[in-house]
Amino acid sequence: MEINIEIINFELREAIEERSNQKLINCYQCGKCSAGCPSVHLMDVSPHEIVRMLQLGLIDDVFKVNSPWYCTSCFTCVSRCPRAIDIAKIMEALRYYNLNAAVHLFDPNTLSDEVKDKIPQQALVSLWRKRT
Amino acid sequence: MEYSYFPGCTLHNQSQSFRDSTISTARELKIELEELPDWYCCGAVYPLRSEDIMSLLSSTRNLVGAKKEDKDLVTLCSACYQVLKRTNYLILNDAEKREKLNSFLEEKYDGSTKVLHFLEVIRKDVGWEGLKNKVKTSMTGLRVAPYYGCLLLRPHKELAFDHPENPTIFENFLKSLGCEAVDFPYKTECCGAYLGITEEIVINSAVLKILQGANKRGIDVLITSCPLCLYNLDVGQNELMKSGNLLKPVPILYFTQLLALALGLGVEVCHFEEHLINPLPTLERIR
Repeated sequence: MEINIEIINFELREAIEERSNQKLINCYQCGKCSAGCPSVHLMDVSPHEIVRMLQLGLIDDVFKVNSPWYCTSCFTCVSRCPRAIDIAKIMEALRYYNLNAAVHLFDPNTLSDEVKDKIPQQALVSLWRKRT
Repeated sequence: MEYSYFPGCTLHNQSQSFRDSTISTARELKIELEELPDWYCCGAVYPLRSEDIMSLLSSTRNLVGAKKEDKDLVTLCSACYQVLKRTNYLILNDAEKREKLNSFLEEKYDGSTKVLHFLEVIRKDVGWEGLKNKVKTSMTGLRVAPYYGCLLLRPHKELAFDHPENPTIFENFLKSLGCEAVDFPYKTECCGAYLGITEEIVINSAVLKILQGANKRGIDVLITSCPLCLYNLDVGQNELMKSGNLLKPVPILYFTQLLALALGLGVEVCHFEEHLINPLPTLERIR
């Protein structure tokens, strides 16, 4: 990974801070969020690394990783962060930008009738809210 | 005391087991639950983007509805609890957001409605000792894993329900019923939530860890208050057994179902036919 002043996207970094209402610079990379994350083994880049990449302004690289799509918003990281950073909100902001670019957009037509009948509405409403 | 009862989408449409067991146990415990008139779906997930005000409106209208009735708002589903309580917290503590939300409402709302979970109501109005006295069929010898999941507990600052890492309300509840509340290290783990629809792999790994953990500790049944947790933990068990990853099925129950049985209410209010793993054989053995 290359870091130089040309690739740092200050504008988007600020927008992510604003949308998530978090100060990225507060993170001191202890890694507690990644240690407790139930989906970390599936992620390309673990949660604390995502925060580090955002601090460095490597926004384009962050947009390429699968991590936000494996985040279940379980708030384990939020409850354990010693710097009171809400990583779930950062993940949500990242999902938002990807959805705006129509990446990972959920198509309800792909749901089978069996799933639609069986699964609790709560799950369908959640998915609609998070992926459309 | 009388409460406004918020069923939410899943209890209203699908989870007859949770709904009927709640209504009949509340009646038995003399907790008056009256359904909130014209309630809206809470939205199931709390909107995490700071500018997303619109998604908060439906839950705000529910809070306003309860205020009009001049009652506390009681809910059962963990997701509803999370969304309603966090929305109320935001309205109480963020003047700017409060003003924005109020500009969409017909009348001013200041965040004065109290949002309670049914467990909190039992603790407050009946008490753990009181509950013990009401038990007709003691569940002595039943090894139960309390499973809280995420939405009841975190973020702790806003929900203030119980300790985010080591909650005890289910344990106290279980002790009142006479069960053995097993120390379950996965009690606050995530089940994978709604990701089962699109990223099944998340659910598979999370669920397997929880169920294997239950097997290892010789747990008879596991209780929860979230319809999605119940579904995720319950639905894949036959496949996990077939593949040899799971040795013994783990029946998953709503806490109200166990309560209904302990209070001597009929098994028909529990609607165990909705579950893939029928808990009755295990429960009969204990009785």
